[in-house]
Amino acid sequence: MFPILQIGLLAIQVPGLALLIGVWLGLSLTEKESARLQMDAEAVYRLAFVGLISGLIGARLAYAARYLSSYVADPLGLFSLNAATLAPGEGMLIGLAAAVIYGARHKLRLRTTLDALAPAFAVMAVAVALAHLSSGDAFGAAARLPWSIYLWDEYRHPSQVYELIAALGVLGVWWRQRGRSPFGGFSSLLVVALSAAARVFLEAFRGDSLVIAGGWRAAQVGGIAVLAVCLGLMNRWNQEVTP
Amino acid sequence: MGWLMEDARRWWALTSMIVLLAAGWTWFSRVPVSVAGAGQIPSPREGFPAPDFTLDTLDGATATLSAFRGQVVIVNLWASWCGPCRAEMPAIQELYVANRQRGLAVLAVNGTFQDSQTDARAFAQKYGLTFPILLDRDGAVSRRYLLRALPSTFFVDRRGIIRSVAVGGPMREAVLQTQVESLLQKPP
Repeated sequence: MFPILQIGLLAIQVPGLALLIGVWLGLSLTEKESARLQMDAEAVYRLAFVGLISGLIGARLAYAARYLSSYVADPLGLFSLNAATLAPGEGMLIGLAAAVIYGARHKLRLRTTLDALAPAFAVMAVAVALAHLSSGDAFGAAARLPWSIYLWDEYRHPSQVYELIAALGVLGVWWRQRGRSPFGGFSSLLVVALSAAARVFLEAFRGDSLVIAGGWRAAQVGGIAVLAVCLGLMNRWNQEVTP
Repeated sequence: MGWLMEDARRWWALTSMIVLLAAGWTWFSRVPVSVAGAGQIPSPREGFPAPDFTLDTLDGATATLSAFRGQVVIVNLWASWCGPCRAEMPAIQELYVANRQRGLAVLAVNGTFQDSQTDARAFAQKYGLTFPILLDRDGAVSRRYLLRALPSTFFVDRRGIIRSVAVGGPMREAVLQTQVESLLQKPP
């Protein structure tokens, strides 16, 4: 694990750096893919950017709303660079809503836009895996295997490495099949479906799963739902273009 | 892929098989109820039990983290020469005074191995700190808590589980308040 990159007096948080590079690379690939799909590349780039920024601001404001009196007493706390003071669920919803509104106002075609965003999603999954690898988060379950890593006082599954391999695999599949989509929206559904399938499989090796009733892991249950929806949509959208 | 998608029935069969396989794997890999949430080893990570320690305090007593079980504890690693530590300590003191009756404790662990007891005392007097100042003379606690930057703050819930970690600072008063408030609201 390599959480801090020390360059002289400058201490750089590697997980944050990985995510920033992921956003930059993802947006760049989205721009290129938009052009290939004959879309307004700048509009799609802006949509992704608007979604990200709105999500981030929304996550902070939603968190502040929960503890309004604290932030009224110290309004500058809103600008604190602390990831623990974000409400991720609300942030995602707000970011998604902002992107949908932006897309509707600019008359972007939904399925083609999703296809243009597919590489950004795949690249971000790689970046998140790298961030986990550097910070030691999303750690594996205790296991004594020839490839186990010693982390947090225990030999564990290298779950971050599994996650990285899976994310690179999804990115590779997207790369190979692009330009050969049978219908609009296929690339995005494929990327999301493969990522969900990988999560269902790999969550079993995690040591920090959120466990719900009966010992079921929440991420696996959610992953199955996403996978089923993607496969259903693939069939439906394919039927629409098949004579 | 194209062959599968040509026929809707074929596709539904494939979908059903994949979902069933995924559900089967999820069932197979579920966490036994007897194990869920138990048996974790102490580690300075979110979701783990906070590693226990006993240290001398500035006023000659000793303080043990586990003795504060049932209270919300802020473990703050600091040094007198550290600028961000100076900046956030008054907010921690204020927070402590406002919430100690509700069950908040603060253990300010001075990295004495890279500071001096005299400077730590002068610091505590200057800022009027009323919570225990612990002296990490040999750096054992700093190592145990994988100290990467000063200040580092660990928010520990009433059951002794670390719920949030802030590496670096200074933390704003609102950030401190919200982190503590969410833990204080949970029953012991």
